[in-house]
Amino acid sequence: MGDFILLMIGAILVNNILLIRFLGNCPFLGVSRSMDTATGMGLAVIFVLTLAGTITWLVHNYILVPLSLEYLRTIAFILVIATLVQFVEMVVQKTAPPLYEALGIFLPLITTNCAVFGVAIININEGYDLITSIFFSFASACGFALALVLMAGMRERFALVGIPKSFEGTAIGLVTAGLIALAFSGFIGLV
Amino acid sequence: MSIKDEFTKGLWKTIAPFRLVLGLCPTLAVTTTGLNGFGMGMATTFVLVFSNLFVSLLRKFIPAQVRIASFIVIIASFVVIVELVMQAWFYQLFKILGIFIPLIVVNCIILGRAEAFASKNNPIMSLADGLGIGLGFTISLFVLGSIRELLGSGTLLDIPVMWSSFEPFAFMLKPPGAFVALGILLALMNLISQRQARKGGAR
Repeated sequence: MGDFILLMIGAILVNNILLIRFLGNCPFLGVSRSMDTATGMGLAVIFVLTLAGTITWLVHNYILVPLSLEYLRTIAFILVIATLVQFVEMVVQKTAPPLYEALGIFLPLITTNCAVFGVAIININEGYDLITSIFFSFASACGFALALVLMAGMRERFALVGIPKSFEGTAIGLVTAGLIALAFSGFIGLV
Repeated sequence: MSIKDEFTKGLWKTIAPFRLVLGLCPTLAVTTTGLNGFGMGMATTFVLVFSNLFVSLLRKFIPAQVRIASFIVIIASFVVIVELVMQAWFYQLFKILGIFIPLIVVNCIILGRAEAFASKNNPIMSLADGLGIGLGFTISLFVLGSIRELLGSGTLLDIPVMWSSFEPFAFMLKPPGAFVALGILLALMNLISQRQARKGGAR
Protein backbone atom coordinates (compact mmCIF):
# COMPACT_ATOMS: atom_id res chain seq x y z
CA MET A 1 0.00 0.00 0.00
CA GLY A 2 2.88 2.31 0.81
CA ASP A 3 4.07 2.04 -2.77
CA PHE A 4 0.71 3.22 -4.04
CA ILE A 5 0.69 6.24 -1.74
CA LEU A 6 4.17 7.19 -2.95
CA LEU A 7 3.05 6.68 -6.56
CA MET A 8 0.07 8.94 -6.00
CA ILE A 9 2.07 11.69 -4.32
CA GLY A 10 4.59 11.40 -7.11
CA ALA A 11 1.97 11.73 -9.82
CA ILE A 12 0.03 14.56 -8.16
CA LEU A 13 2.79 16.78 -6.79
CA VAL A 14 6.24 15.82 -8.04
CA ASN A 15 5.60 14.92 -11.67
CA ASN A 16 2.41 16.91 -12.07
CA ILE A 17 1.01 15.99 -15.44
CA LEU A 18 0.25 19.56 -16.47
CA LEU A 19 3.10 21.51 -15.02
CA ILE A 20 6.06 19.14 -15.20
CA ARG A 21 5.15 16.59 -17.88
CA PHE A 22 3.38 19.16 -20.12
CA LEU A 23 0.38 17.08 -21.05
CA GLY A 24 -3.06 18.62 -21.49
CA ASN A 25 -2.01 22.24 -21.74
CA CYS A 26 -4.65 23.32 -24.27
CA PRO A 27 -7.61 22.85 -21.89
CA PHE A 28 -5.39 24.08 -19.05
CA LEU A 29 -5.19 27.53 -20.61
CA GLY A 30 -8.57 27.33 -22.35
CA VAL A 31 -10.94 26.57 -19.47
CA SER A 32 -9.07 28.05 -16.52
CA ARG A 33 -10.75 31.45 -16.76
CA SER A 34 -13.40 30.72 -14.15
CA MET A 35 -13.67 28.44 -11.15
CA ASP A 36 -16.91 26.71 -12.27
CA THR A 37 -15.62 25.53 -15.62
CA ALA A 38 -12.30 24.52 -14.07
CA THR A 39 -13.98 22.29 -11.48
CA GLY A 40 -16.26 20.78 -14.12
CA MET A 41 -13.39 20.02 -16.45
CA GLY A 42 -11.29 18.66 -13.58
CA LEU A 43 -13.99 16.21 -12.52
CA ALA A 44 -14.67 15.13 -16.10
CA VAL A 45 -10.98 14.43 -16.64
CA ILE A 46 -10.68 12.40 -13.40
CA PHE A 47 -13.63 10.31 -14.50
CA VAL A 48 -12.58 9.68 -18.10
CA LEU A 49 -8.85 9.35 -17.48
CA THR A 50 -9.25 6.63 -14.85
CA LEU A 51 -11.52 4.68 -17.18
CA ALA A 52 -9.35 5.27 -20.25
CA GLY A 53 -6.17 4.27 -18.41
CA THR A 54 -7.75 1.00 -17.38
CA ILE A 55 -9.28 0.14 -20.75
CA THR A 56 -6.25 1.05 -22.86
CA TRP A 57 -4.11 -1.12 -20.57
CA LEU A 58 -6.48 -4.05 -21.12
CA VAL A 59 -6.56 -3.45 -24.88
CA HIS A 60 -2.78 -3.34 -25.05
CA ASN A 61 -2.11 -6.41 -22.95
CA TYR A 62 -4.98 -8.66 -24.05
CA ILE A 63 -5.46 -7.66 -27.71
CA LEU A 64 -2.37 -5.97 -29.14
CA VAL A 65 0.35 -8.01 -27.41
CA PRO A 66 -1.08 -11.51 -28.14
CA LEU A 67 -1.51 -10.56 -31.81
CA SER A 68 1.89 -8.78 -31.85
CA LEU A 69 0.32 -5.59 -33.16
CA GLU A 70 2.10 -3.21 -30.74
CA TYR A 71 2.99 -0.85 -33.57
CA LEU A 72 -0.72 -0.10 -33.98
CA ARG A 73 -0.82 1.24 -30.42
CA THR A 74 -1.31 4.87 -31.42
CA ILE A 75 -4.29 4.15 -33.69
CA ALA A 76 -5.84 1.64 -31.31
CA PHE A 77 -5.58 3.91 -28.27
CA ILE A 78 -6.99 6.99 -29.93
CA LEU A 79 -9.95 5.00 -31.23
CA VAL A 80 -10.57 3.46 -27.82
CA ILE A 81 -10.43 6.86 -26.15
CA ALA A 82 -12.72 8.51 -28.72
CA THR A 83 -15.25 5.68 -28.42
CA LEU A 84 -15.02 5.66 -24.66
CA VAL A 85 -15.67 9.39 -24.41
CA GLN A 86 -18.72 9.07 -26.66
CA PHE A 87 -19.96 6.08 -24.65
CA VAL A 88 -19.43 7.79 -21.28
CA GLU A 89 -21.31 10.79 -22.57
CA MET A 90 -24.32 8.68 -23.54
CA VAL A 91 -24.32 6.65 -20.33
CA VAL A 92 -24.02 9.70 -18.10
CA GLN A 93 -26.77 11.44 -20.03
CA LYS A 94 -29.15 8.49 -19.55
CA THR A 95 -28.33 7.47 -15.99
CA ALA A 96 -27.24 10.63 -14.19
CA PRO A 97 -28.78 13.77 -15.69
CA PRO A 98 -27.47 16.10 -12.93
CA LEU A 99 -23.91 14.86 -13.51
CA TYR A 100 -24.43 15.33 -17.24
CA GLU A 101 -25.56 18.90 -16.63
CA ALA A 102 -22.33 19.53 -14.77
CA LEU A 103 -19.88 17.69 -17.04
CA GLY A 104 -21.76 17.65 -20.35
CA ILE A 105 -19.95 20.24 -22.41
CA PHE A 106 -16.53 19.14 -21.20
CA LEU A 107 -16.79 15.50 -22.23
CA PRO A 108 -16.35 15.91 -26.02
CA LEU A 109 -13.34 18.16 -25.42
CA ILE A 110 -11.56 15.36 -23.60
CA THR A 111 -10.98 13.30 -26.77
CA THR A 112 -8.32 15.75 -27.87
CA ASN A 113 -6.94 16.22 -24.36
CA CYS A 114 -3.43 14.86 -24.66
CA ALA A 115 -3.35 14.12 -20.93
CA VAL A 116 -5.64 11.13 -21.46
CA PHE A 117 -3.66 9.75 -24.37
CA GLY A 118 -0.34 10.59 -22.71
CA VAL A 119 -1.15 8.77 -19.48
CA ALA A 120 -2.32 5.72 -21.44
CA ILE A 121 1.08 5.62 -23.17
CA ILE A 122 3.05 6.28 -19.97
CA ASN A 123 1.26 3.31 -18.35
CA ILE A 124 2.52 1.04 -21.11
CA ASN A 125 6.01 2.56 -21.45
CA GLU A 126 6.65 2.27 -17.72
CA GLY A 127 5.44 -1.34 -17.73
CA TYR A 128 2.88 -0.82 -14.95
CA ASP A 129 0.59 -3.71 -14.04
CA LEU A 130 -3.19 -3.26 -14.07
CA ILE A 131 -3.66 -2.04 -10.48
CA THR A 132 -0.71 0.35 -10.71
CA SER A 133 -2.04 1.70 -14.01
CA ILE A 134 -5.44 2.41 -12.47
CA PHE A 135 -3.84 4.16 -9.49
CA PHE A 136 -1.46 6.12 -11.69
CA SER A 137 -4.23 7.23 -14.06
CA PHE A 138 -6.41 8.35 -11.17
CA ALA A 139 -3.56 10.18 -9.45
CA SER A 140 -2.48 11.92 -12.66
CA ALA A 141 -6.02 13.09 -13.24
CA CYS A 142 -6.19 14.42 -9.67
CA GLY A 143 -2.97 16.31 -10.33
CA PHE A 144 -4.53 17.75 -13.48
CA ALA A 145 -7.63 18.85 -11.56
CA LEU A 146 -5.54 20.35 -8.76
CA ALA A 147 -3.39 22.42 -11.11
CA LEU A 148 -6.43 23.52 -13.12
CA VAL A 149 -8.34 24.70 -10.04
CA LEU A 150 -5.29 26.50 -8.63
CA MET A 151 -4.81 28.24 -11.95
CA ALA A 152 -8.48 29.25 -12.18
CA GLY A 153 -8.33 30.68 -8.66
CA MET A 154 -5.43 32.88 -9.67
CA ARG A 155 -6.86 33.90 -13.02
CA GLU A 156 -10.15 35.03 -11.45
CA ARG A 157 -8.16 37.65 -9.58
CA PHE A 158 -6.70 39.08 -12.78
CA ALA A 159 -9.93 41.04 -13.17
CA LEU A 160 -8.86 43.16 -10.21
CA VAL A 161 -5.34 44.05 -11.28
CA GLY A 162 -3.87 46.14 -14.07
CA ILE A 163 -2.14 43.95 -16.64
CA PRO A 164 -0.04 45.50 -19.44
CA LYS A 165 -2.02 45.45 -22.67
CA SER A 166 0.35 43.16 -24.54
CA PHE A 167 0.24 40.60 -21.71
CA GLU A 168 -3.56 40.34 -21.56
CA GLY A 169 -5.18 36.93 -22.02
CA THR A 170 -3.01 33.94 -22.77
CA ALA A 171 0.38 35.62 -22.29
CA ILE A 172 -0.14 36.40 -18.61
CA GLY A 173 -1.80 32.99 -18.23
CA LEU A 174 1.41 31.34 -19.39
CA VAL A 175 3.58 33.39 -17.05
CA THR A 176 1.25 32.52 -14.16
CA ALA A 177 1.46 28.85 -15.11
CA GLY A 178 5.24 29.22 -15.00
CA LEU A 179 5.05 30.58 -11.46
CA ILE A 180 2.76 27.73 -10.35
CA ALA A 181 5.15 25.26 -11.97
CA LEU A 182 7.98 26.91 -10.06
CA ALA A 183 6.07 26.38 -6.82
CA PHE A 184 5.53 22.73 -7.75
CA SER A 185 9.26 22.36 -8.41
CA GLY A 186 9.62 22.69 -4.65
CA PHE A 187 8.17 19.20 -4.33
CA ILE A 188 11.06 17.63 -6.27
CA GLY A 189 12.83 15.23 -3.96
CA LEU A 190 9.69 14.57 -1.92
CA VAL A 191 9.40 10.99 -3.13
CA MET B 1 -7.62 33.63 -51.50
CA SER B 2 -4.74 32.50 -53.69
CA ILE B 3 -2.43 29.60 -52.96
CA LYS B 4 0.25 32.04 -51.88
CA ASP B 5 -2.08 33.66 -49.32
CA GLU B 6 -3.05 30.28 -47.90
CA PHE B 7 0.60 29.43 -47.54
CA THR B 8 1.81 32.67 -45.98
CA LYS B 9 -1.05 33.14 -43.52
CA GLY B 10 0.39 30.31 -41.41
CA LEU B 11 3.71 32.08 -41.08
CA TRP B 12 2.59 35.21 -39.24
CA LYS B 13 -1.13 36.00 -39.22
CA THR B 14 -2.28 32.68 -37.75
CA ILE B 15 1.09 31.24 -36.63
CA ALA B 16 0.00 28.20 -34.69
CA PRO B 17 1.15 28.09 -31.07
CA PHE B 18 1.00 31.86 -30.62
CA ARG B 19 -2.09 33.11 -32.41
CA LEU B 20 -4.27 30.03 -32.05
CA VAL B 21 -2.90 28.84 -28.68
CA LEU B 22 -3.12 25.26 -29.94
CA GLY B 23 -0.55 22.51 -29.80
CA LEU B 24 1.00 23.86 -26.63
CA CYS B 25 2.14 20.58 -25.11
CA PRO B 26 4.91 19.80 -27.61
CA THR B 27 5.71 23.51 -27.85
CA LEU B 28 6.51 23.65 -24.16
CA ALA B 29 7.92 20.20 -23.61
CA VAL B 30 10.48 19.54 -26.31
CA THR B 31 11.93 23.03 -26.88
CA THR B 32 14.95 22.70 -24.63
CA THR B 33 17.19 23.18 -27.69
CA GLY B 34 16.61 24.69 -31.10
CA LEU B 35 17.24 21.41 -32.89
CA ASN B 36 14.76 19.44 -30.80
CA GLY B 37 12.13 22.05 -31.54
CA PHE B 38 12.97 21.87 -35.23
CA GLY B 39 12.71 18.06 -35.27
CA MET B 40 9.36 18.11 -33.52
CA GLY B 41 8.13 20.81 -35.90
CA MET B 42 9.15 18.83 -38.98
CA ALA B 43 7.47 15.66 -37.70
CA THR B 44 4.27 17.59 -37.07
CA THR B 45 4.49 19.31 -40.48
CA PHE B 46 4.77 15.96 -42.22
CA VAL B 47 1.65 14.64 -40.52
CA LEU B 48 -0.22 17.90 -41.08
CA VAL B 49 0.57 18.11 -44.81
CA PHE B 50 -0.41 14.53 -45.56
CA SER B 51 -3.49 14.48 -43.34
CA ASN B 52 -4.66 17.71 -44.99
CA LEU B 53 -4.06 16.23 -48.43
CA PHE B 54 -5.91 12.99 -47.72
CA VAL B 55 -8.78 14.59 -45.83
CA SER B 56 -9.22 16.92 -48.78
CA LEU B 57 -9.05 14.09 -51.34
CA LEU B 58 -11.61 12.05 -49.40
CA ARG B 59 -13.85 14.93 -48.38
CA LYS B 60 -16.61 13.94 -50.85
CA PHE B 61 -16.68 10.33 -49.56
CA ILE B 62 -16.61 10.85 -45.80
CA PRO B 63 -20.15 11.06 -44.33
CA ALA B 64 -20.59 14.15 -42.15
CA GLN B 65 -21.68 12.18 -39.06
CA VAL B 66 -18.48 10.17 -38.73
CA ARG B 67 -16.06 12.75 -40.10
CA ILE B 68 -14.18 13.42 -36.85
CA ALA B 69 -13.52 9.71 -36.32
CA SER B 70 -12.40 9.36 -39.94
CA PHE B 71 -10.05 12.35 -39.63
CA ILE B 72 -8.54 10.86 -36.48
CA VAL B 73 -7.89 7.55 -38.23
CA ILE B 74 -6.21 9.35 -41.16
CA ILE B 75 -4.06 11.41 -38.79
CA ALA B 76 -3.18 8.41 -36.63
CA SER B 77 -2.01 6.45 -39.69
CA PHE B 78 0.49 9.16 -40.59
CA VAL B 79 1.62 9.47 -36.99
CA VAL B 80 2.43 5.76 -36.99
CA ILE B 81 4.44 6.26 -40.20
CA VAL B 82 6.41 9.10 -38.59
CA GLU B 83 6.95 7.02 -35.44
CA LEU B 84 8.36 4.08 -37.37
CA VAL B 85 10.48 6.21 -39.72
CA MET B 86 12.01 8.17 -36.86
CA GLN B 87 12.66 5.04 -34.88
CA ALA B 88 14.55 3.62 -37.87
CA TRP B 89 16.58 6.62 -39.01
CA PHE B 90 16.56 9.31 -36.31
CA TYR B 91 16.81 7.20 -33.19
CA GLN B 92 18.56 9.88 -31.09
CA LEU B 93 15.83 12.43 -31.76
CA PHE B 94 13.15 9.76 -31.34
CA LYS B 95 14.42 9.05 -27.83
CA ILE B 96 14.54 12.74 -26.87
CA LEU B 97 11.06 13.54 -28.18
CA GLY B 98 9.78 10.29 -26.68
CA ILE B 99 6.11 10.33 -25.83
CA PHE B 100 5.48 13.49 -27.83
CA ILE B 101 5.79 11.67 -31.17
CA PRO B 102 2.67 9.50 -30.66
CA LEU B 103 1.05 12.55 -29.08
CA ILE B 104 1.08 14.32 -32.46
CA VAL B 105 -2.18 12.46 -33.02
CA VAL B 106 -3.95 14.59 -30.39
CA ASN B 107 -2.29 17.83 -31.48
CA CYS B 108 -5.33 20.05 -31.88
CA ILE B 109 -3.72 22.01 -34.73
CA ILE B 110 -3.90 19.00 -37.05
CA LEU B 111 -7.49 18.03 -36.30
CA GLY B 112 -8.38 21.73 -36.35
CA ARG B 113 -6.99 22.21 -39.87
CA ALA B 114 -8.66 19.00 -41.11
CA GLU B 115 -12.03 20.15 -39.79
CA ALA B 116 -11.80 23.87 -40.53
CA PHE B 117 -9.93 23.85 -43.83
CA ALA B 118 -9.13 20.57 -45.58
CA SER B 119 -12.67 19.20 -45.39
CA LYS B 120 -13.95 22.26 -47.30
CA ASN B 121 -11.19 22.99 -49.84
CA ASN B 122 -9.50 21.32 -52.79
CA PRO B 123 -6.31 19.27 -52.35
CA ILE B 124 -3.89 21.90 -53.68
CA MET B 125 -5.19 24.62 -51.36
CA SER B 126 -5.15 22.16 -48.45
CA LEU B 127 -1.57 21.23 -49.23
CA ALA B 128 -0.55 24.90 -49.20
CA ASP B 129 -2.45 25.47 -45.97
CA GLY B 130 -0.87 22.45 -44.28
CA LEU B 131 2.61 23.41 -45.41
CA GLY B 132 2.18 27.02 -44.24
CA ILE B 133 0.75 26.19 -40.82
CA GLY B 134 3.31 23.40 -40.39
CA LEU B 135 6.26 25.62 -41.23
CA GLY B 136 4.90 28.34 -38.96
CA PHE B 137 4.72 25.79 -36.15
CA THR B 138 8.28 24.60 -36.91
CA ILE B 139 9.60 28.17 -36.89
CA SER B 140 7.88 28.93 -33.57
CA LEU B 141 9.32 25.82 -31.97
CA PHE B 142 12.76 26.52 -33.38
CA VAL B 143 12.75 30.13 -32.15
CA LEU B 144 11.47 29.21 -28.69
CA GLY B 145 13.95 26.33 -28.50
CA SER B 146 16.85 28.55 -29.56
CA ILE B 147 15.99 31.20 -26.97
CA ARG B 148 15.79 28.62 -24.20
CA GLU B 149 19.00 26.96 -25.39
CA LEU B 150 20.84 30.28 -25.59
CA LEU B 151 19.86 31.42 -22.11
CA GLY B 152 19.70 28.02 -20.46
CA SER B 153 22.92 26.46 -21.66
CA GLY B 154 24.69 29.27 -23.53
CA THR B 155 24.80 27.43 -26.85
CA LEU B 156 23.08 27.79 -30.19
CA LEU B 157 22.65 24.65 -32.33
CA ASP B 158 25.03 22.96 -29.86
CA ILE B 159 27.80 25.53 -30.54
CA PRO B 160 28.85 27.70 -27.56
CA VAL B 161 28.17 31.33 -28.48
CA MET B 162 28.04 33.24 -25.19
CA TRP B 163 31.08 34.89 -23.62
CA SER B 164 33.19 32.67 -21.37
CA SER B 165 32.08 34.14 -18.03
CA PHE B 166 28.39 33.68 -18.97
CA GLU B 167 26.54 31.83 -16.23
CA PRO B 168 23.71 29.84 -17.88
CA PHE B 169 20.46 30.01 -15.95
CA ALA B 170 19.10 26.52 -15.69
CA PHE B 171 15.64 27.95 -15.01
CA MET B 172 15.08 28.28 -18.77
CA LEU B 173 15.57 24.56 -19.33
CA LYS B 174 13.17 23.58 -16.55
CA PRO B 175 9.38 23.34 -17.04
CA PRO B 176 8.61 26.71 -15.36
CA GLY B 177 11.03 28.43 -17.72
CA ALA B 178 9.15 27.02 -20.70
CA PHE B 179 5.89 28.62 -19.61
CA VAL B 180 7.49 31.97 -18.84
CA ALA B 181 9.52 32.06 -22.07
CA LEU B 182 6.45 31.30 -24.20
CA GLY B 183 4.38 33.87 -22.28
CA ILE B 184 6.94 36.61 -22.82
CA LEU B 185 7.35 35.71 -26.50
CA LEU B 186 3.57 35.86 -26.94
CA ALA B 187 3.41 39.26 -25.23
CA LEU B 188 6.17 40.48 -27.56
CA MET B 189 4.18 39.35 -30.59
CA ASN B 190 1.07 41.08 -29.25
CA LEU B 191 3.11 44.25 -28.81
CA ILE B 192 4.33 44.14 -32.42
CA SER B 193 0.80 43.51 -33.71
CA GLN B 194 -0.54 46.43 -31.66
CA ARG B 195 2.18 48.72 -33.06
CA GLN B 196 1.30 47.64 -36.60
CA ALA B 197 -2.41 48.17 -35.96
CA ARG B 198 -1.76 51.66 -34.56
CA LYS B 199 0.37 52.57 -37.57
CA GLY B 200 -2.32 51.27 -39.92
CA GLY B 201 -4.93 53.33 -38.04
CA ALA B 202 -2.89 56.53 -38.28
CA ARG B 203 -2.58 56.21 -42.03
